[in-house]
Amino acid sequence: MYDIIVVGGGPAGLSAAITARQRGKSVAVVTNDASGSGLYRAGQVRNYPGLPDISGADLLDKLREHAESMGASVINERVLAIAPADGAVGVSRATDVSRAAAVILAIGAAQSSVFPGEAEFLGRGVSYCATCDGMFFRGKRVCVVMRAPDAESEAEYLESIGCEVVRLSPRDMTINGARTVESVTADGETVRCAGVFILRRTIAPASLAAGVELRGGHIGTDEAMRASLPGVFAAGDCAGPPYQIAKAAGQGQIAALSAAGYIDGGGGL
Amino acid sequence: MAISHLTAETFDGAIRSGAVIVDFWADWCRPCKLLAPVMDELEAEYGGKVSFAKVDVDACGELAARYEVMSIPTVILFRNGAEIKRFIGAQPKSAYREALASA
Repeated sequence: MYDIIVVGGGPAGLSAAITARQRGKSVAVVTNDASGSGLYRAGQVRNYPGLPDISGADLLDKLREHAESMGASVINERVLAIAPADGAVGVSRATDVSRAAAVILAIGAAQSSVFPGEAEFLGRGVSYCATCDGMFFRGKRVCVVMRAPDAESEAEYLESIGCEVVRLSPRDMTINGARTVESVTADGETVRCAGVFILRRTIAPASLAAGVELRGGHIGTDEAMRASLPGVFAAGDCAGPPYQIAKAAGQGQIAALSAAGYIDGGGGL
Repeated sequence: MAISHLTAETFDGAIRSGAVIVDFWADWCRPCKLLAPVMDELEAEYGGKVSFAKVDVDACGELAARYEVMSIPTVILFRNGAEIKRFIGAQPKSAYREALASA
């Protein structure tokens, strides 16, 4: 049990972790490995105040070092789902479930829209989690859409339990079937399969936190960065534009102060 | 009332009459563990009116196949044996409550 779990290790999430530690809260940041993120690969960041020529990679490394030096734990793992229950918020990772008094979502903006058929066949062949749903596809052919750093390990897991895996990195894809998935058409080529595992770097907010209120595709928040679920806050790109690092860091701080206030039973800020 | 654990032998009899909500889960499924306390809370609230049950898809693969459950947790609300609502993934309590209130 942590006081606060931060989902996402970009500027918003790490800034939130730093402020939460300053408020004496125990904090875990659960995140993809930073390398491979858009910011990590960005060259120079020119508009972050006070650090005019820092590279995206250096900025992320410094933010992480800062958060860790303050006592935040950084866990490199995929978060599958969060759900409020029992007066806390449960956070499911691939290998474990943790609970926190509050959760801050700093998951970035989804880079890709959903594929035609994806929502319709969710739970009927479309899955976002090999370790959860792989067993239903033993002895069958599945496609894995490789858009996340851990996609290869998920594909290998599916092979290890007896699935025939077709790895795809399509630009366009349509998911076809009647009641359940029967094939996908990826960049014009149709592959017959019983399931398709779609592994993106960023999970759509509605899949990660079912029932959270959205506003224009982003997580809807109030001025204290509270989302619509109890104990859940959001900051950074996932809370809407502008997609700027300074704004993300500022929102992360607000979210952490609000979360600390929520835990202490006060009004937040 | 408590949450009953159904098998292929007991399933049809259990869902035949009244409103029954069934949570398809497995031990290896982490998101299922998020849902378990939510179901316990809902059972305390609605257990008098709706029967609560679980199906371990590991032990009862044929039930999962029959209902085309291919992702867990999946929760299905039955009335008199017929599926009236299906929830895929761990949903917030309010989503289940809405269905249970009108079940």
